[in-house]
Amino acid sequence: MKSLIERVGTKYNLKEVVQQRDNLVFAYVDKELAIDMVTYMRDYEGYAHFTLMSCVDWIEDGYFQLLYLLNNPETKTEFGIKVAIDRENAVMQSAHHLWEQIWTYQRELKEAFGIDFPGSPRVDEDFVVEGWDEMPHMRRDFDTNKYAEETYFMREGRKTHDPATYMREKLYPNQPVTAKKNKDEQ
Amino acid sequence: MSELDMNDKMNELLKKAEANASTKEEKSFVRPEDEEREVIAPDGSIIKVNPIYDYFSGEKPTVEEPSKGVVEKFLNWARAESIWVLGFGTGCGSIEIPPLMTPRFDAFRFGVQMRPTPRQSNAFIISGYLSVKTLKRVIRSYEQMPSPKYIIALGSCTINGGMYYDSYSTINRLDKYLPVDVYIAGCMPRPEALLAGFMKLKEIIKSGNGEGANIYAENFDEYKANQKKVIKDWNMPDYNW
Repeated sequence: MKSLIERVGTKYNLKEVVQQRDNLVFAYVDKELAIDMVTYMRDYEGYAHFTLMSCVDWIEDGYFQLLYLLNNPETKTEFGIKVAIDRENAVMQSAHHLWEQIWTYQRELKEAFGIDFPGSPRVDEDFVVEGWDEMPHMRRDFDTNKYAEETYFMREGRKTHDPATYMREKLYPNQPVTAKKNKDEQ
Repeated sequence: MSELDMNDKMNELLKKAEANASTKEEKSFVRPEDEEREVIAPDGSIIKVNPIYDYFSGEKPTVEEPSKGVVEKFLNWARAESIWVLGFGTGCGSIEIPPLMTPRFDAFRFGVQMRPTPRQSNAFIISGYLSVKTLKRVIRSYEQMPSPKYIIALGSCTINGGMYYDSYSTINRLDKYLPVDVYIAGCMPRPEALLAGFMKLKEIIKSGNGEGANIYAENFDEYKANQKKVIKDWNMPDYNW
């Protein structure tokens, strides 16, 4: 794993390389080199199995972190390739030609985070939520509570109780509230 | 084309997209097969077709007046003793419905049975949370059921949204979108609670208060407005029976 990190690290200028376990490594790569690196890992380093693709919204730092998680079935190791893309102009190069299932991930990311993948098949179609015309709902600046209050009908009188107090009031209304002491303390 | 060539091609597309970003086109929600178009008839004449309005009835539902006296009582008794449930798992609560039909709980002894299609059923169990996407299918199924029809709302999500009260994709109060006859509270209610719910529904029907279909017809515009407020990709007729 170490030799791989050195080899790929210099070739693709990897940053923030973290070896999580013996068989799991994460590293940041530049946006321009990301898909080239994924292709290289698949064709030359044996990371032929595409595990998943996901996104994290780092709103404080102003970027989306895309993750391509690749698996090498022979050495039983995983390599997570992270890419930081700008939040304001969220566009990323499509990778659907490498593994067919990627276009489904990309379609999901387009809907949930608003990241565009030009050239990816059916990327503009609705994925889970139909007819959504608001801000992409998984972005952290989307206020889901406010949206629900404005759109759906809140039932009046929705409130929560502390279970212990509520049950005591219900079951033993006349009993004075005193904290019970443990046997050891008495 | 090799993968590396494809990489270059995708890179070009990416640059183009970055260049002309933020030019959005308006979405049309009508499915291609439902679009208004011209068709050539066998005799060569051209006919204009608008499937959503041509293939479905555009008429609104009407209120059906109950029969008089003993006849209505007899009908209500008969209705209460044969509750045919539409088997459509709309939320997590549908997992409690299969045991209802097993020998242990045996809902058949109360005249309750599951049907595979809305055309054969008169009770609709809406089980648990309803996302807007499912609500659209639920409305369509409900409207296809022959009246008199009843709705049993199962679980706290249908009452006030339950644990999904602040979700962007699930509705909170079912009774704003469809007329509900019986609520069964709980998360999730056990099959015993469901049986109690069926008993309650029978009482309601026998007392002549199971008028969900008529309430829906009376307040049709209000219900439709609420439904269209949340279902933004409305691409079906207003009333599809």
